[in-house]
Amino acid sequence: MSAALNIIAATIVAVLLLGLRARHGRDMDLEQWSVGGRGFGTILVFVLMAGEIYTTFTFLGGSGFAYGHGAPAFYILCYGCLAYVLSYWLLPPIWRYANEHRLFAQPDFFARKYDSPALGILVAVVGIVALVPYLVLQLKGLGIIVDAAAYGAIPPTGAICIGAAVVTAYVMISGVRGSAWTAVVKDTLILAVVLFLGIYLPIHYYGGYGAMFQAIQAAKPGFLAFPRQGESLAWFDSTVLLTALGFYMWPHTFGSLYTAKEERAFRRNAALLPLYQLILLFVFFVGFAAILQVPGLKGPDIDLSLLRLSIQSFDPWFVGVIGAAGVLTALVPGSMILMASATLLANTLFRAIRPQSSDALIGNVAKALVPVVALVAVVFTIQGGTTIVALLLMGYAFVTQLFPSLVASLLPHNPVTREGAFAGICVGVATVAATSLTRTSIAGLLPGLPEALRDLNIGIVALLFNLIAIGVVSALTRRRAAFA
Amino acid sequence: MAFVRYLAVLPFLGILVGVPLVNRVEPLILGMPLILAWIVLWIVLTSVIMAVVYLCDPANKAAGQ
Repeated sequence: MSAALNIIAATIVAVLLLGLRARHGRDMDLEQWSVGGRGFGTILVFVLMAGEIYTTFTFLGGSGFAYGHGAPAFYILCYGCLAYVLSYWLLPPIWRYANEHRLFAQPDFFARKYDSPALGILVAVVGIVALVPYLVLQLKGLGIIVDAAAYGAIPPTGAICIGAAVVTAYVMISGVRGSAWTAVVKDTLILAVVLFLGIYLPIHYYGGYGAMFQAIQAAKPGFLAFPRQGESLAWFDSTVLLTALGFYMWPHTFGSLYTAKEERAFRRNAALLPLYQLILLFVFFVGFAAILQVPGLKGPDIDLSLLRLSIQSFDPWFVGVIGAAGVLTALVPGSMILMASATLLANTLFRAIRPQSSDALIGNVAKALVPVVALVAVVFTIQGGTTIVALLLMGYAFVTQLFPSLVASLLPHNPVTREGAFAGICVGVATVAATSLTRTSIAGLLPGLPEALRDLNIGIVALLFNLIAIGVVSALTRRRAAFA
Repeated sequence: MAFVRYLAVLPFLGILVGVPLVNRVEPLILGMPLILAWIVLWIVLTSVIMAVVYLCDPANKAAGQ
């Protein structure tokens, strides 16, 4: 075993022990396991929410996207920022309602608001479908890290399986409290590692940021601004908007809102979290530094750029520290996602089939489903073939379809009917599914459109169809209700 | 002070409208391409704006919930 692998293995063991400790002395019923007994203050909510945001996606995906795509990576800096602005008004009413009705998961919210268990099931299905690519990307990241830290001694497939086993064990042992405490450790480590890499590498290889960007501009003119076609400004605006709206629609993020003790925690975080985004800047600097130092990574391999550059620059023990930080960035969100999927399946789908089930039984079903979900994700991960960023964008396109019905339900007089919400979500999700399954884009379907329209993110187009369906069906069903 | 909340529109304008207007690499600002520096500026401004909104919002004044 290499020194790097030893350090990573030690980190994993430490994290599992920390998870065990977090559980110590508490009865883990469903409420404790999945929403931490609703007792978290500002700082733990901050850490938990920040912990979900700084995932393998940012660490490996962000640097890889900067390396392989250039300026379009900047979208990652922007959408969180706008989502936090929205969160100031969006999250407190959701939290208040959920707290009042003792809700556990996202589908409960929709089911209760629209008084329709069927809508709850639909929302659960959308959530699970969207979570799969998100979980796959965490496992992919874990696989990349273990593979790189082993310096080729472990084949990628084995590395992915090891990663999945660790996440599964972690979730089974600790639940959400483990996630919060590990997130504290993780955030400290990732902050230190990313700042160090983002400052050291550009200075070491180029002498400074200005010199680095000038060198990139000279070698690849136009790479640092948005191109005219493809990932153009129209792509940027539509993608930022889609992901900002979808930010809090993820089942696991929605679930972590329920952990808060008071609603002011969200408003305070709306001012704090944007600054936290700036860490991403240093992730990009690493990706940019890699462009001229480890050239030639293509396609899905761009996600390797950070680790390749690290291996070239540092001793194995330090690669181990970087890898350990990376493992934690996959483990914390990975466990949240896994737990959210299992809770969704158990609490909504299983309860729909057997409504008489006790909470204790549902809790056990949720735990039993954890390894099953992990296994499904492993299968998808091994099939692979896309980049980390592409996977997340696909998930976002699905999950954002829940946004219009959710916002409408928060209004004092909800103009959207149950049928309208149902139709909107179905139309939106079907649009995304059809285009991602057949791998078509707007440009491919309608090549005659003006460029700006062709480059729109498909999720935004689906959202538009979603809104139209909501409007039409709500108008029709309301009129019928009025006549009846 | 209810008008303060409308400040929250500014980050959307700065990013969704502003970025397309400053889509340029040069001049480098603090060593960063112009477009990246613009985005960083808006992230910092967003934080400031939301802090102002928080402080002016009567909902946050209610003593210890």
